[in-house]
Amino acid sequence: MSKYKMHLLVCGGTGCRASESDLIVESLRKEIEEKGLQSDVQVIMTGCFGFCEKGPIVKVMPDNTFYVQVKPEDAPIIIAEHVIKGRRVQRLLYTDPVEKKQVSDSRHMGFYRKQIRIALRNCGFINPENIDEYIARDGYAAIGKCLTEMSPAHVVEQMKLSGLRGRGGGGFPTGLKWEIASRNNADQKYVVCNADEGDPGAFMDRSILEGDPHSVLEAMAICGYAIGATKGLIYIRAEYPLAIQRLRVAIKQARDYGLLGENILGSSFSFDIEMRYGAGAFVCGEETALIHSMEGERGEPTNKPPFPAESGFLGKPTNVNNVETLASVPVIINKGSDWFAAIGTEKSKGTKVFALAGKINNVGLIEVPMGTTLREVIFEIGGGIKNGRKFKAVQTGGPSGGCLTEKHLDIPIDFDNLIAAGSMMGSGGMIVMDEDDCMVSVSKYFLEFTVEESCGKCSPCRIGNKRLHELLTHITKGNGTMADLDRLRNMSLVIKDTSLCGLGQSSPNPVLSTLANFMDEYVAHVSEKKCPSGQCRDLMKYSIVFDKCVGCTACSRACPVNAISGERKEVHFIDQDKCIKCGACFDKCKFAAVLIN
Amino acid sequence: MSKLKSLADLRKIREEARTRLELRVKGDSPEGLVQVRVAMATCGIAAGAKTIMEFLTDELDKRGIGAVVTQTGCMGYCYAEPTVEVRLPGKDPVVYGFIDLKRADEIIEKYIKNGELVEGIIPVNYEKIDE
Repeated sequence: MSKYKMHLLVCGGTGCRASESDLIVESLRKEIEEKGLQSDVQVIMTGCFGFCEKGPIVKVMPDNTFYVQVKPEDAPIIIAEHVIKGRRVQRLLYTDPVEKKQVSDSRHMGFYRKQIRIALRNCGFINPENIDEYIARDGYAAIGKCLTEMSPAHVVEQMKLSGLRGRGGGGFPTGLKWEIASRNNADQKYVVCNADEGDPGAFMDRSILEGDPHSVLEAMAICGYAIGATKGLIYIRAEYPLAIQRLRVAIKQARDYGLLGENILGSSFSFDIEMRYGAGAFVCGEETALIHSMEGERGEPTNKPPFPAESGFLGKPTNVNNVETLASVPVIINKGSDWFAAIGTEKSKGTKVFALAGKINNVGLIEVPMGTTLREVIFEIGGGIKNGRKFKAVQTGGPSGGCLTEKHLDIPIDFDNLIAAGSMMGSGGMIVMDEDDCMVSVSKYFLEFTVEESCGKCSPCRIGNKRLHELLTHITKGNGTMADLDRLRNMSLVIKDTSLCGLGQSSPNPVLSTLANFMDEYVAHVSEKKCPSGQCRDLMKYSIVFDKCVGCTACSRACPVNAISGERKEVHFIDQDKCIKCGACFDKCKFAAVLIN
Repeated sequence: MSKLKSLADLRKIREEARTRLELRVKGDSPEGLVQVRVAMATCGIAAGAKTIMEFLTDELDKRGIGAVVTQTGCMGYCYAEPTVEVRLPGKDPVVYGFIDLKRADEIIEKYIKNGELVEGIIPVNYEKIDE
């Protein structure tokens, strides 16, 4: 076997592929062949590196050079300069947004320095479509260890001791969940992987499945062994085609090796996995709705109890775990529960993956120990706010979570602290907002999402969220009153208390948290009819400053609704009744005579 | 692909596959390893640096020494090409000039294995800022 002297790792996540990373692989390979370097240099398509802001990423090993925003046309220069002459291509290196310096080596990037990668351990490192690379990283050693050295009860015990809690949002202790499922006897039990990732802005589950699908398969087998199940099902949304394809390849490879199927590794344990596709409804991330959807029923939740651990898929005991939770399991078995429990805070162990989005410099996927502060995540790893603007709030937990502000920045992030601060962990989406964002509009946006995604089964969620959305629209149009704000709060509390499932129980959180933290903005909208950040169109007013207007008629010609009148060389005037607040006059005026209030 | 019948089968595949990933694993945490950098600019290549690099990569591996061999651009000692920089864990880098296969072998046996300095060291004439 020839030994390569250099590996070129190209990101093959959905984001980077959308920016033609598959073409980069192709042109790198072509260049290598032309230069006759096939036996020295290997090109590998990996999973997501997490640094999506600057994708597509090409990483050169062993010198750790990190190239960003690479284009297929850059392949010849990378080969000619870096591979042949050992000179880094300066213009493709990452420039630190704070220090304005080029950073050649990923180990010196602020983005990676504070991270500990457990669930993402293989993402951006191995080729997800090659089971041997996963095995080389101790893959399937954990199921091997379970089958040869540990009893099912021992496995459950280890999971309990590790302190791992569900990463999908609820934070329920995983070991306890497994224990309950293992105690219920039945002729058939099921292990379900919940890959119905629905929070806007969250994409960690997709990236894990795309970058390291075997870790999830192995964990499901471990869970099957622990609870006494022989069948596994992955519920994944059809809008994740790449993740589905990589899972298919992975399942086939695992079956070929006999790591799924009958008598795994010569033991008496058999386990196999199938996939079920969802249509992308948010509510199907709720475990009872998910199970109904898999059974072919409408994706609607039902009351718990009975919990899936007693009566789940087809009425059999079923254990449902989220992708990120499962991806942590093999490492816990390999390295021991003590190792895992030593990371994190008292009640939240291990690490958590966050998807950074919004007005932040380093949009991407990060994994940090529980207990890291929001400040570290946003300003050190995330590189701070875009364009030097001021930080205003961060929405954690997606549409079920809340907005946290400046005063919360130093809270160590864990399940309980976030709830105490009025938000929640959720699946780990973090949407960062700056001073230009209007908080009333933000909560309106999340409500819009919930209204669309509510399954309609229970009235508090179906009708209540719709009413909340109407009230918020009312306020952003400048028609709200102070009484509306009370109504908002009261209705939110009622919806929380009376909804059937987690969707309705948490959907008013964005409203409640913005009311608590940004009351002054709501008040400005209703009493002064003003939007402090200038986002609510209906509250904006364009006018022309009398002594600045020279009568050039540029604005009146630009106005699409003929709302501006005035003779040439005379002061112009905007008819407020006709104005649609498009801003065309403001953009056209060369004399700064158009004013926005 | 044949089925794996036991944990021993799995371990066998792991060992085989590990060598293929070694380069990446080492590159990810080079702190405890010997780091060798071969100057591979035009001048270096013309003077035979590619042969030296191949020799070092293969021999370090054969002799069981955990090392990362990378190429670098011109170090500025064009009069002494091929040049090789060796950094032993916890020590300052040492640059050797006029390397041929014999001297490369000597560097592995004496300096890398025993820490004994070998003749032909080029005094470092600059300081690095990016470490």
